[in-house]
Amino acid sequence: MSSVCEDKTAALWSSCQSQREAFEVIVKRHMKDAYFIALGLVGNREDALELSQEAFYRAYKHYDQLNSKGKFFPWFYQILRNLCFSHLRRKRVRRAYESTAGDGGPRGPDAASDSSSEMRNSQREEGADCFDPEMIAERNEAKDRVWRAVSRLDEKHREVIILRHFQNLSYDEMAKVLFCNRGTVTSRLFYARQRLKEILDDEKGGQTL
Amino acid sequence: MTCQDYKDLMMAYLDDELSEEQKRAFEEHLASCADCAKKMKEFKTLKQMTDAVAFVEPEDRMWNQYWGNVYNRIERGMGWVLFSVATIALLIYGGFQAIENIIDDPAVGLLMKIGMLALLGGLAILFVSVLRERIYFWSKDRYKDVRR
Repeated sequence: MSSVCEDKTAALWSSCQSQREAFEVIVKRHMKDAYFIALGLVGNREDALELSQEAFYRAYKHYDQLNSKGKFFPWFYQILRNLCFSHLRRKRVRRAYESTAGDGGPRGPDAASDSSSEMRNSQREEGADCFDPEMIAERNEAKDRVWRAVSRLDEKHREVIILRHFQNLSYDEMAKVLFCNRGTVTSRLFYARQRLKEILDDEKGGQTL
Repeated sequence: MTCQDYKDLMMAYLDDELSEEQKRAFEEHLASCADCAKKMKEFKTLKQMTDAVAFVEPEDRMWNQYWGNVYNRIERGMGWVLFSVATIALLIYGGFQAIENIIDDPAVGLLMKIGMLALLGGLAILFVSVLRERIYFWSKDRYKDVRR
């Protein structure tokens, strides 16, 4: 990806005739990154689309709170990740409620499709979020296993895996969007990969990769 | 340097984020430490597996409609703000007018008028109380000056 943190937002904001016009350019520049990051965090297309658009709306509403106008994307990323994580927490609470109140299996309007049945199976795994395997291009067993394992990572670990592997952000870019230093990025990546490896090893019945 | 120190370099080596000098030092360590070399091999396999996963690219239609959907939210958001402010203003104005009419109306009994005044007084006290509480907590909020 071209650097998401290489930002010309401030210049754009002053050069465009209207605020709306400038924001349209910003949205078009960052919409793919926003959608794919949200997809990595929440695991399905509809939610990713909804959450990424909502994040842009909130960014527009609170744009005056952005101190340094040249740092749009790291600021926007914070809005997006908070929205995604709140959404996941709400879903987990709902799922826990449904599984205690109902017949032990979460139900949804799309319960008939194959992919949804796979999603339900993955949800039953401890700590797993509702990740749609159909989101993976050129699927095979190994890729499905990795995607399922990502769905079982906790939020902090999942986000570094998504930013590094799916969005190809450099360590410096990750440090910018996560508002931390390179050392923290390195250490989070180490523990995230360690955890991912453990989950994959578990799935393979204790064999190491 | 200990193996623990090299573990910090392991991720950066894996992601090609080390300087040439650091890379050389790390490779020398790998050649002499079987534990780190084994760990490195496992992480390399994991990286290959993870890098192979890519998302399905959505159809162009979705991208074409994307800004339109964001704009609709912005427009509706402004619409809702205007609608809410106008509704509250109209309700307050209408309420005061209705109460004024009732109080001025000689046909309405004294008890009803006292009830109306008590209701208004109660509402005013509640409003002031909530407002005072909000101002108090806002002034004590340690994070209110934290800017993004």
